[in-house]
Amino acid sequence: MSFSRLFFLLTSLFFINTLWATTIVVCETCEIKSIKEAISLAADFDTILIKRGTYREFNLLVNKPLTLKGEGFPTIDGEDKGEIIRVVSDNVTIDGFFIINVGTSYTSDHAAIRMVRCKNFLIQNVVLERLFFGIYIEKSSYGKIYHNKIIGDAKDEYNSGNGIQLWYSNHVEVEKNIVQGVRDGIYLEFSDNIAIKDNSSTNNLRYGLHFMFSNDDIYTNNVFQNNGAGVAVMFSKRIEMRNNTFRENWGTASYGMLLKEINDAEIVDNVFEENTIGINIEGSNRIVYRGNDFRNNGWAIKVLGACYSNTFTQNNFLYNSFDISYNSRLNDNVFDQNYWSDYTGYDLDKNGIGDVPYRPVKLFSYIVNRTPETIVLLRSLFMDIIDFSEKVSPVFTPDNLFDANPLMKRHQ
Amino acid sequence: MLKILKYSFYDLMRSRWSYVYFLFYLALGFVLLFLNSDLSKAVITLMNIIIVLVPLIGTIFGVMYFYNSKEFTELLLAQPIKRSSIFMGQYLGVGFSLTLSLLLGLGIPFVIYGLFRSNAVFDFTLLLVNGAFLTMIFTALSFNIALSNENRIKGFGYAILVWLCLAVIYDGLFLMSLIVFEEYPLDTFSLIATLLNPIDLSRTLILLKLDISALLGYTGAVFKNFFGTDQGLMISLFALMLWTLLPIWRLVFKAKRKDF
Amino acid sequence: MIAITNLKKSFGRNEVLKGLDLEIKPKGIIAILGPNGSGKTTLIKSILGMVIPDEGSISISGKDIKNKWAYRKEIEYLPQIANFPGNLKVRELIHMIKDLHQRPTNDEQLIDLFGLKPFLEKKFSTLSGGTKQKVNILLTFMFDKPLIILDEPTTGLDPRALIHLKELIQYEKANGKTILVTSHIMHFVEEIADEIIYLLDGRIYFKGSVKDLMEKTKQKNVEHAIAAIANNTDHA
Repeated sequence: MSFSRLFFLLTSLFFINTLWATTIVVCETCEIKSIKEAISLAADFDTILIKRGTYREFNLLVNKPLTLKGEGFPTIDGEDKGEIIRVVSDNVTIDGFFIINVGTSYTSDHAAIRMVRCKNFLIQNVVLERLFFGIYIEKSSYGKIYHNKIIGDAKDEYNSGNGIQLWYSNHVEVEKNIVQGVRDGIYLEFSDNIAIKDNSSTNNLRYGLHFMFSNDDIYTNNVFQNNGAGVAVMFSKRIEMRNNTFRENWGTASYGMLLKEINDAEIVDNVFEENTIGINIEGSNRIVYRGNDFRNNGWAIKVLGACYSNTFTQNNFLYNSFDISYNSRLNDNVFDQNYWSDYTGYDLDKNGIGDVPYRPVKLFSYIVNRTPETIVLLRSLFMDIIDFSEKVSPVFTPDNLFDANPLMKRHQ
Repeated sequence: MLKILKYSFYDLMRSRWSYVYFLFYLALGFVLLFLNSDLSKAVITLMNIIIVLVPLIGTIFGVMYFYNSKEFTELLLAQPIKRSSIFMGQYLGVGFSLTLSLLLGLGIPFVIYGLFRSNAVFDFTLLLVNGAFLTMIFTALSFNIALSNENRIKGFGYAILVWLCLAVIYDGLFLMSLIVFEEYPLDTFSLIATLLNPIDLSRTLILLKLDISALLGYTGAVFKNFFGTDQGLMISLFALMLWTLLPIWRLVFKAKRKDF
Repeated sequence: MIAITNLKKSFGRNEVLKGLDLEIKPKGIIAILGPNGSGKTTLIKSILGMVIPDEGSISISGKDIKNKWAYRKEIEYLPQIANFPGNLKVRELIHMIKDLHQRPTNDEQLIDLFGLKPFLEKKFSTLSGGTKQKVNILLTFMFDKPLIILDEPTTGLDPRALIHLKELIQYEKANGKTILVTSHIMHFVEEIADEIIYLLDGRIYFKGSVKDLMEKTKQKNVEHAIAAIANNTDHA
């Protein structure tokens, strides 16, 4: 550690411990009427208390450790002129604002709040409306984005931004946020060790949550509903996905979850309900699928391309139009001890495990992959007959793909 | 006509076959619910059974009744009654009694197992509406066949053949043509082909309810319009009505010109 | 009563009626005879509107019957084979036919006449052939209508019932009814018929009284007379 850094640290500690950090009050009738003015007047570690009112400001630069606190949800109206708050300092807290009218641009990604190279930041209780990008975290770390509400009105992908975006950032917690009506609800690119908890991401144009080249992240207890697709996990490693709900992601290219080039992930105890495709898997290996519920999806799991050494155990497949669909005859994945609502076998020895294996891939799903219009023949007696013959002697579907120990009762 | 309907109906309500049919559905309902007390799942299983079985039973029963009541029909023809009334009365008598057996046979076990406390009420209603339509359609078709064929064996043969065609063979050909012409846009074709078969139609109604997520996976504006909106439900119901009315119309038309 | 002109009907290639003209005057018993396939039943059914003629016209009491049904209110018809819905009880059947006609009846009297009381609560399908025919007769005769058409009325009847039937026919005749009968039992025909119409090959071969028939064929009874006609035509 260089001397100058040590000196800086010591002085900081000194200031915090020995001096009262002052509070600067901003309101429409106060001496200080604008946030910009308050920031320029403030010293490090001061608190700026902004009272209820509307502040028409943009390009606010926070370049020192400050706490910006709103009282009674003051409105910061950017009047569509560009970025609203940019933070370039560590230890900044932004708390309790209503920020509207971020400028839309085709050349730069204007955000309501942008953190650039910050550490130890906290953004909480912020409501964003009429935005382009919401909260944009750039090359920052050790921060928390807590209990914010982002309500966009995105119509087209090309001129809309993401709700919460993390770019080259790490160790950030994203918790209890509500994001809706933007392009991607939460977007992670080159961001590692991120924890995403208890968020709700709904009605977004593209993805509820989107990972690109991000590793060692975890997301739990989130709800993804009615997005273009629930969650897209692409080109990432060691992602942990637990207790999330993926619901009603309907449409042609619509998935509860899209996995593309993902390795060593864990997908545990999630619920996939009424999605066109529960999980769409492309080129993903060594993934553990355990204890998930797939309910009333068009396809519970669709496997495309080469996927190796994945294990599916103790999942419940309930009333999906198709349980598993493969586009090749090869299978290197393990299906064991799942519950399949379509299973018609018996359990004579009463050990809770069906005595005949279950084949989750139907010939019909193979046909539908080939000729999509044939979907209108779903549940036709003719299809049942050919499915049955395929079951007896597999010709088109992988013959080693079966669950040798299908559960008789739902896994709890 | 109402009098004929009344007597045909009374007659059928006392016939052993109505009870067999009724008991069959009763047993089916109870067995399904006993094996799996999940109402929604039982409804799904029933739907698969009903779209195949109801047409079969309607066809056989219709042909059987028509041939068995041939002499009675002749007696009625000599009475001061309009011809169309006689056949409509008999047709409706058979149709209603079959429908009643279906409704009661399935309704009783489901109500006992708590249908009204579950969220499957709508599905179940759809199932019964479908069953009723299929009964009326296939009874009308079978009456047509029986009317056009004096020979009972032939009539039975044709009736079974019609059922087999619509239940299985049609879908086979349908599938084949879809695969053969897969390079062409086929969504309009496949929807029209669906509308042309009453069994496929009621299957579609069921799909709309149960498999909407899968159906929306297909790219195609026509499909999307059909399955994604209420349009599909409306068109299907309308087509089912046409399917009921057309054979009835032909029945009346043919009956007017037929010699006995 | 009935006027038929140029009546033609064919079933497929089989020409059954070949331009038949016939006039039946009110009152009396007219027997329609002829070998199998001569068109007896087709003629009767044409009158009843059960068979639609290809050509020609039929009028009853001066009114054309084509595509009409109300004229049948004036006709009683006894079909060859009585087969009613088997699951209805006899009482319900009677009630039903009465219900269809909405006319006064003398069913009680006829039930007594044919001894049908014990069968009233039985299902029709459980009855014997003769009893079925009795019910059939009952259902035909219980109304009071000017034209009665009987197709093989004697089938399966025991002698006692046959006597009752004859009485019944005579009674109706006395009431001024017109009665058309087909039968193969020549004794029966001889006994009751005032006039005989002999159909052959889709046309009327003979029409006249029983006496005329005897004279024409120089035979002693109807049976032989009919046989003689058949022989003549064979030779011709």
